[in-house]
Order: sequence, then structure tokens, then C-alpha cells
Amino acid sequence: MTIAIDIMLWLVVAALGFIAVLRGRVLLNDGARDGVVEFIHLLPRIAIGVVGSGYIAEVLPKALVAPWLGPESGLTGVIIATLGGALTPGGPVVGFSIGAAALKSGAGAPQVIAYSTAWALYAIHRLVMWEVPLMPARIVWLRAAVSLPLPFIAAAAAMVLAKP
Amino acid sequence: MSLDPIPPRRRRRAFDWSTAAIAAIAFAAAAAVYWRDGAEHFLAILSGDLMLFGEMLPKVLAGCLIGAFVTLLLPRELVARWVGHESGFTGLAVAALFGFILPGGPITIYPVACAFLAMGADAGAVVAFITSWTLIGYTRALVWELPFFGSDFVIWRIVEALPLPILAGLLARIAVRAGLARMGDRA
Repeated sequence: MTIAIDIMLWLVVAALGFIAVLRGRVLLNDGARDGVVEFIHLLPRIAIGVVGSGYIAEVLPKALVAPWLGPESGLTGVIIATLGGALTPGGPVVGFSIGAAALKSGAGAPQVIAYSTAWALYAIHRLVMWEVPLMPARIVWLRAAVSLPLPFIAAAAAMVLAKP
Repeated sequence: MSLDPIPPRRRRRAFDWSTAAIAAIAFAAAAAVYWRDGAEHFLAILSGDLMLFGEMLPKVLAGCLIGAFVTLLLPRELVARWVGHESGFTGLAVAALFGFILPGGPITIYPVACAFLAMGADAGAVVAFITSWTLIGYTRALVWELPFFGSDFVIWRIVEALPLPILAGLLARIAVRAGLARMGDRA
């Protein structure tokens, strides 16, 4: 599956490269060079981020919020879930496996959606380790700030539009 | 066809404090794991993370190349017109659409977002773009969510999340216009 995405991604690169060639060989060279330079600039940052986040995820306690997130927990459950999502360290495997485990142990769907959405949008650990090294910091914090209500909106929508 | 001026290079500092701080935290955490759990566990995490890093590299490179080519190929006026300050709702919708369709991993999106920012996309469009990829990016959902939650749940979640990227973009623009966030010219 990951291979398919790699292929799609590189097809996009190839298409852009082809368009560049149509406009002039120098554009292709410039684009390739700029891209590689950017890549090399990012490499140490990403390495630190990825390797470091593994250790940080080990050190932080993985709060299991399943007992607090049942379908009856309502807004409180959503708040706790959102907080849990923001505080969950690690990559998609950690975030989604906690979410899926919570769902299986009886957490309500709106709460799990709040958790996943909060984790996806502003897991603090990921903001600091992955985004800030790669993006202008003020954009990162702006995006995180305006995203604060989104898990609540998603959970509210989930409560209203019951899961089929 | 008029010649576009060379897009401004993003300013680069060889060393920056945020990376240094992150490195310090990472180092401290690694030391804590080594001390608490021993060398074997330390190395297990290291090899797992290095594999993850290795898997990411082609995607990051592709993202950087896409960002670089898009910077060179798209005229600034076009970008500014479609997703700049004045682009209105359409700009946010376009940004959200790009976020939905862009393939790649979590790291891919950031170089591309930076490139758009440097080319004149406004903060709202960039926020809509990233939020869209994060919440409704179809490759992300396919690869990472589907195995854990199953297709019913994921599709339902995505359908409900459709308006959120544009909402986030709108909020970002309001924040910037209200002066709550300062946006300089530097990317």
C-alpha cells in the first residue's frame, strides 16, 4: 500500500518534471536542484524528529482514556478525549491503535472521533517534533490555535449524524 | 509570455534554536530510555525509528521536489490570485481540494505547504491545505486509518470532517485580519 502511494507521489514529480522540461531544460535542473537542496536541509531535522519521538513516546505515560470515554460520557468524554488526543505522543500507529482500542472497549464513536481529530490536528508532541522544524513557527501555532474547536465540532456532528 | 521574477529564496539559517531544543529533548528521552530499560530496548526503538525514517525518505524527497517544481512552474500571480489574501472562499476551497488529493506521508505535506506560502498563498489557505490533508487526505486515510478502524467508520468520519478544513482556513484568516496573528513577509 505504501508502495502505491510512493508510486503516485513520484508520478506527480515526474509529471511536474515533464512540464518543466517543456518550458525549458534549465527549469528542470533548477527544480531538481532546489528540491534536493531543500531535502538535504530537512534531513537532520527529520531524523532527530523521528528518532527522538520514538524515545519520547516511550518515556511519556500512555494514558489509556477508554474507561472515561463511553457513549454516555457526553461532553465530558469529548473534552477528555480531545485532551488525550493532544497529549498522545508517537506516530499514527500509536494514535490510531489507542483510538481503535478505545472504540473496541466501549468508548463512544463521537469521543473516539474527538480523540482522533485532536490527535491528528494538534498532538503537541508532533507539533513540536515534526512541524516546527519544517514550517514557520507562527503558521504552526496559528493552525493549532484555530484547530482547537475542530474536534468538538467533529464530535458534535458525530452525535447528530448517528453512525450508520 | 512575460518572465516571472525568480521566486524569493526562503532564508536559511544553518542552525536554529527550535531544532536544538528538540534535539536536546530527544537526547534526554533517549538517555532516559537507555537508563530505564537497558541497551536492548534502546536499540530496538532506534532500529524501528530508523526504519520508519528510511521509509519516509523517498516521500520527503518527492515532497521537496514537488514543492520546488511548483514554486518554479506556477506564476506567483496565479498562486496569489487563487489562494492569496484576496482569493476568498474559492481560495480556501482550492487549498482544501489540494490537501485532499495530495498523496504522501505526514512529512510530505510540509515542504509543499512552505513552497505555497513562499509563493503568495496566504495563511488561511495554507491552514486549509494542511488541515485538509490531515483530516480528509485520502492516501492518509487509506494507509493509516483503514487498517485500524475499518472502512465504514473512516468514511463516516471523513464525510463529517469535510467542512472543517475550510472552517479552519476561515478562522485563520479572521485571526490574521483581526491582528491576532502577525504575519510578516518572510516565509
